[in-house]
Amino acid sequence: MSTVQTMSHPIIERCEQLYEDLSLNYVRDQTNATGRKAFGFMPVYFPREIVYASGLLPVGLMGAGDLLEIIKGDAYFQSYICHIPRSTVEMGLSGHLDCLSGMAFPAICDVIRNLSGMWKIMFPQKESIYFDVPQNFDPQIGGHYLVEELKQLAVRMSKISGKPVTHEALHAAIALYNTHREWVMKCYAQRSKKPWEVPTSELYLLMRAGLILDVQEHIEMMKAYLESVADLDRKPMDNARVVLTGSFCEQPPIGLIRSLERAGCYIVDDDWVLIHRWIKQAIPTQGDPFQNLADAYLKHSMDAPFKYQPERKGHQLKQCFIENRAAGVLFCAPSFCDPALLDRPMIQKFMEAEGIPYTSFKYAENTGQYQVIKEQAGTFSDSLKLWGEA
Amino acid sequence: MTQKDQSMEIQKEMIAKHFTELGKAATEKHKKVVYTFVPGNLTELILSFDLLPVLPEINALQNGMRKRSGGYITDAEKSGHSEDVCTYVKCDVGMMKGGNVGPTGEPLPKPDLLLLSYTGCFVFMKWFEILQQEYNCPVVMLHIPYQSDGAPTANMQAYIVNQLREKVIPALETCSGKKFNPARLSELLALSARAEEDFVWVLESAKHKPSPIDAYFGGVYYIGPIFTFFRGTEEAVEYYRVLRKEVEERLAQQLGPVTPDGTMPKEKFRLVVEGPPNWTSFREFWKMFYDEGAVVVASSYTKVGGIYDQGFRHDPEKPLETLADYCLGCYTNLNLPSRVELLEKYIKEYDADGFVINSVKSCNSFSAGQLLILRELEKRTGRAGGFIESDLVDPRYFSASNLKNRLESYFQMLEQKREKAAL
Repeated sequence: MSTVQTMSHPIIERCEQLYEDLSLNYVRDQTNATGRKAFGFMPVYFPREIVYASGLLPVGLMGAGDLLEIIKGDAYFQSYICHIPRSTVEMGLSGHLDCLSGMAFPAICDVIRNLSGMWKIMFPQKESIYFDVPQNFDPQIGGHYLVEELKQLAVRMSKISGKPVTHEALHAAIALYNTHREWVMKCYAQRSKKPWEVPTSELYLLMRAGLILDVQEHIEMMKAYLESVADLDRKPMDNARVVLTGSFCEQPPIGLIRSLERAGCYIVDDDWVLIHRWIKQAIPTQGDPFQNLADAYLKHSMDAPFKYQPERKGHQLKQCFIENRAAGVLFCAPSFCDPALLDRPMIQKFMEAEGIPYTSFKYAENTGQYQVIKEQAGTFSDSLKLWGEA
Repeated sequence: MTQKDQSMEIQKEMIAKHFTELGKAATEKHKKVVYTFVPGNLTELILSFDLLPVLPEINALQNGMRKRSGGYITDAEKSGHSEDVCTYVKCDVGMMKGGNVGPTGEPLPKPDLLLLSYTGCFVFMKWFEILQQEYNCPVVMLHIPYQSDGAPTANMQAYIVNQLREKVIPALETCSGKKFNPARLSELLALSARAEEDFVWVLESAKHKPSPIDAYFGGVYYIGPIFTFFRGTEEAVEYYRVLRKEVEERLAQQLGPVTPDGTMPKEKFRLVVEGPPNWTSFREFWKMFYDEGAVVVASSYTKVGGIYDQGFRHDPEKPLETLADYCLGCYTNLNLPSRVELLEKYIKEYDADGFVINSVKSCNSFSAGQLLILRELEKRTGRAGGFIESDLVDPRYFSASNLKNRLESYFQMLEQKREKAAL
């Protein structure tokens, strides 16, 4: 096992403050200062461009991690349901989210789906949207459906903001998020190229900040971060390069991410905070912007366990493994996560057929004990270094 | 049951005949086979191509009732399936890996097509991805959007009809080697509508006091034909005609429901139940209710394969649109506020003393949000709710003493409330 080099970094310190600020004071300051309203969304994909074009501040929420004691939230969910809805309800009931004018719940699983209805009952004064994306990827079928849903979404956002979503405004928002995506990709590429220079725990916090900050501010933050790390004298270590998968919704606590790094893993790709990279390429900024957003979803979005892509099962992960010159895969899924855990046996079968080493474990967002997972990841990392081909 | 009604005998024969057909399809390949799911099933469409439907949930629950599911689940877990996920899936995987012998002991045919009717349950998608990997057969997806705002939209209906027209029907044509025959489909849909009329009459008979039926434990038998392989058949029409006649006779005689121990002597409590039943100890579970004089007068589980008592009937004049509307309206495709409203309506219209939520570990589609449903229903109706937990087909999650204790306490509370109200 080895340890990861960590140094305090002013940008990451700010990101960590944002990460820990469950009351969303940045959002409150924005809304108080400018009168701009804010709209929240759960993982994974939500077309932020439309929210932004309507004049609202899009705010991504990924639960409260291990930062909030769950008192009220547990009264709403049975023991066999994952943790993220508990902390989200806890945040809602304890006023942390009252700066948001509404919440969106993207189609990902039955728990998040039902949470959208719970939100309607619990917070009737707020807008609650379940954002259903097509599982049919034919532009004439699923595409047509999605375009109409996106238009409806724009109408609902406009009702909150009081500002119509014009084609011009939406094109501008798409252009801005294209730039954002470009810088996100650069950050990930740099992490893959030199994981000692861009530790995963830092990249993670940087990406989490992008869920809260205004997109322009986050672009500047990423630029500054990449510029700064080039000047730091961080040395490579004898760690194993691994790809992590299964954590697209409920997130592991930051302490667990650091523990994985300390266990000797260079995480060279992951599926945390997936929304920043969900659309894999720039979206056109001419023509019908709703059509462009729909096309991007149908043709250029990532594969994930909540998306119906049976013929490509495991292929994206394999590609990711190759492109990032990884030596192994960590299946790191939250307990009781239907999409991740039902997908896992199929992906593992594929990995076995491809000769890709992997190990699997589960966590909850409020996991407090990392030792067992750290030992498992450390043993896996050591075995990759000793016997792996990479 | 000690007292076998004619309708039960008819249903038993129907099911036996179907499984014999499936066994024949497995060995002689005389017919092609389509696997699909209960919620959002397109039975009439499948039958219009002379294809045989197989419903993996039905196999799983039948295996549960026959005490085979525990072993199958363990086998699936040993092969890498998580202990956290749906036990229907693991039961099915275990059965398949054990040679795919169906619950009746006859071999089950491999699917020629997987018709993934993705309606009201996320797990369905993964389930058929798993089966597709195992069987390496064609699969066609029918995505049913969720009724998130409490009503279907024109965009949703058009999307489903487009999928039916452009994807599902061509896949069925390829599978069967037959051209789609809209007239044939309409004929079957007309039969569905006839059966649905009598089925609804039977469900609504529980508004009488005493109720002549148990709309949950007995209800799972009543939904059998219409939720599974027989909607759109003459046999189903006949089954519901006979069932209705039997219930009419019971009503005339002021009789309570038939239970495994005979006719229930006295209706003491009228309940609404939310959530699926436990299948591994079904009779023991039922006994906990009827021993206390508790009759279930309405339930949500008997709406998973379609909500007919709120007015929906298959419309032979608009065959594809009606299939779309049917799929959209299945219970687990309704949002939480709609589910609460429906249950509230049942509690009031059926004059229930209270309601019980059976929360099953396997089914997040049902279970996530049920504790809020409990609070809301108590608030809106003033009737007491009971909350119990079990599982669909995992015997490890059926704790008889715990359930019995909870139910007995709940019934005592109802009794005390009643006595207090009488003072």
